[in-house]
Amino acid sequence: MKFKDIEEFKVKQKELAKDFEKVNKKISVCAGTGCRASGSLLVIEAFKNEIKEKKLDVELLLKETGCHGFCERGPLVVIYPEKIFYSKVKPEDVPEIIQETIGKGNVIERLLYEDPQTKEKITYENNVTFYNSQDRYIFGKNGQIDPTKIEDYIALDGYRALVKVLSNMNSEQVIDEISKSGLRGRGGAGFPTGTKWKLCRQENSDIKYIICNGDEGDPGAFMDRSLLEGNPHSILEGMIIGAYAIGACKGYIYVRREYPLAVKHLKIAIEQAREWGFLGKNILGTDFSFDIEIFQGAGAFVCGEETGLLASIEGKTGEPRPRPPYPAQKGLWGKPTNINNVKTWANVPLIISKGAEWYSKIGTKSSKGTMIFSLVGKVNNTGLIEVPMGITLREIIFGIGGGIPNGKKFKAVQTGGPSGGCIPESKLDTPVDYEELMQLGSIMGSGGMIVMDEDNCMVDVARYFLSFLVEESCGKCTPCREGVYQLYKIVDRITKGEGEEGDIELLEELSETIKDASLCAFGKTAPNPVLSTIRYFHDEYKAHIVDKKCPAGVCTALFEYRIDPELCTACGICRKNCPVNAIEGEKKVAHVIIQEKCTKCGICYSVCPFDAIKKV
Amino acid sequence: MKNSEVISEIDDILEQYPKGPESLLPVLEDIQERFNYLSEDALKTVSEKLQIPLNQVYSVSTFYNVFSLEPKGKYIVQVCMGTACHVRGAPAVLEEAERFLKIKRGKTSKDKKYTLETVNCVGACALGPIMIVNGKYHGHMVANNVKKILKEYK
Repeated sequence: MKFKDIEEFKVKQKELAKDFEKVNKKISVCAGTGCRASGSLLVIEAFKNEIKEKKLDVELLLKETGCHGFCERGPLVVIYPEKIFYSKVKPEDVPEIIQETIGKGNVIERLLYEDPQTKEKITYENNVTFYNSQDRYIFGKNGQIDPTKIEDYIALDGYRALVKVLSNMNSEQVIDEISKSGLRGRGGAGFPTGTKWKLCRQENSDIKYIICNGDEGDPGAFMDRSLLEGNPHSILEGMIIGAYAIGACKGYIYVRREYPLAVKHLKIAIEQAREWGFLGKNILGTDFSFDIEIFQGAGAFVCGEETGLLASIEGKTGEPRPRPPYPAQKGLWGKPTNINNVKTWANVPLIISKGAEWYSKIGTKSSKGTMIFSLVGKVNNTGLIEVPMGITLREIIFGIGGGIPNGKKFKAVQTGGPSGGCIPESKLDTPVDYEELMQLGSIMGSGGMIVMDEDNCMVDVARYFLSFLVEESCGKCTPCREGVYQLYKIVDRITKGEGEEGDIELLEELSETIKDASLCAFGKTAPNPVLSTIRYFHDEYKAHIVDKKCPAGVCTALFEYRIDPELCTACGICRKNCPVNAIEGEKKVAHVIIQEKCTKCGICYSVCPFDAIKKV
Repeated sequence: MKNSEVISEIDDILEQYPKGPESLLPVLEDIQERFNYLSEDALKTVSEKLQIPLNQVYSVSTFYNVFSLEPKGKYIVQVCMGTACHVRGAPAVLEEAERFLKIKRGKTSKDKKYTLETVNCVGACALGPIMIVNGKYHGHMVANNVKKILKEYK
């Protein structure tokens, strides 16, 4: 169907919303990438078979949705309308769910989530700590809609913001509303979105472009992917509104090729949006026309930088160029171009629907709205969270995240991806917003949040990020290409016990030069992981350089595995598992590690049932 | 596969895209997906048909991580080296995979059976450390079970 005008849309919208509500029970199964990796497709298959066998209606009863966020406990199944929350569901559990929960309304105790702190079984999604401290304005619909069905999106008020814009707002009013909301770029830099749009709007040009930056290359971050996979129409709607405001005729969604499911769902969504009249010529019968194409990135972190991304679409290597001219003046093919991150676009329909005034009440003075983080690493509740700006890091990690697993001690949280910094325990009460994180020597970035515990070595973490940055530097400007490589070489030396007096000062000096002299944000922020770890974990650097010790026991050149003969029971497990035959011993004789042969893979350390193997 | 067949398949791919620089990445991506690598002939054909200098085609194919100029093995073993996997012990998993397969990261075994790659996050951090073999995810990896899993891929 194609809507001829706005009135027709309004009638259909009411109809779809009614249909959506009419269904009594609904089984929502997460089919996001995380849950798929845990086997959710098999669970879905089992549901389909079981529902058919019971002669029930698959279409009505089962919802294959995008990411629900709580990846740690996948595959996730939520039974609507009560939102009974089952986690780690296996195909074998499916017949029981259909018979007991759907058929009789009984809750299956065994599948409920157990709170790691209180040990209490929790029945409803809204009562799970992971969810109940979140404000899921952007991410919330993911669990309710089938991302391949435009009807679902429309039923839950989708495309109503667009209709509002088309029926009674002009482009200035839209830009004003976005400016007033205080929305800032969610890709990391935090530039005010309204201002960015205005700059592009002001340019005189027959052709203008808008781009959705979905080149999510930060390791440990998958928020953008989950939005593209789970609610693609919300991104499209944001872009269509943006195009209307800016006066763009064409949009691109730049998405990583490594995200095949996101690409698939976007393709379907774009097709549907064209069919229903939200994209193409004369959108909803108005004289506004706009269309969107997908462009698949080929795996280069630096393409997340605006000008690198543009070069990539133009068929070149993704090397950033000096600004000005800014993309708003001379962007894709030399035409004015506005680029926003996936999450920024997803915020647009929300702001238009609920109003800038409502939106600007969420968050802090300078950072408005909510932010989606991927909370990962050494934390109990790994997953995607949406929280209001201004929440503290402690609330995120110890509240929503449920603290550190295995009773270990928290050490640091890394925000902002490879260009971000590591924040220590003493700063955990800092409210999360753009400025506060910057002051701590980190950045908001795109939303990766990686938690580390006492077993992680901060010098090794700095080395890890540097090795990533060395590989991903495009090589165009010398300070970044050579400077970051030298940083890496020095830190690598330190982790091998070859650090020297004066290395820390040298790292700091070099970092300042790289920050000052690099061409783009990649180089300007590349020293952050080194500087923030030196700032907060100075002693750990000292231990490596002066004492030649790695206190966390990570840097393999700085310790040996030894077997404590008092604790060794000569069970032989370590000897059998050693891949290089470096362990000698026989029955009833305490075993010994031959240091010359040992590669320090750590297998013996992990398999010893008596904790007899020590790092010394 | 004969050279002429390869060229004709590449022609088929090229036909789906307009002539011009904006088609370069999509075309190379499709060829990479189809053949698992970009051969010299492929690069030359693309350069000719899209009328882009060969040096630009070459520089693009060596810039982006997706492309490979060498044919890959029957089994592509990827160890995720994203931050979340790194802090949970991915380096030990990678080293064990290198030892077991007797190839370094980024390399293909002589018998063309295995290619060992590292990837910068597959976004399934809750399962980290992760090893992926031909698209199948193996989560919560420890060095000790690398051998057991890889032995299944003969």
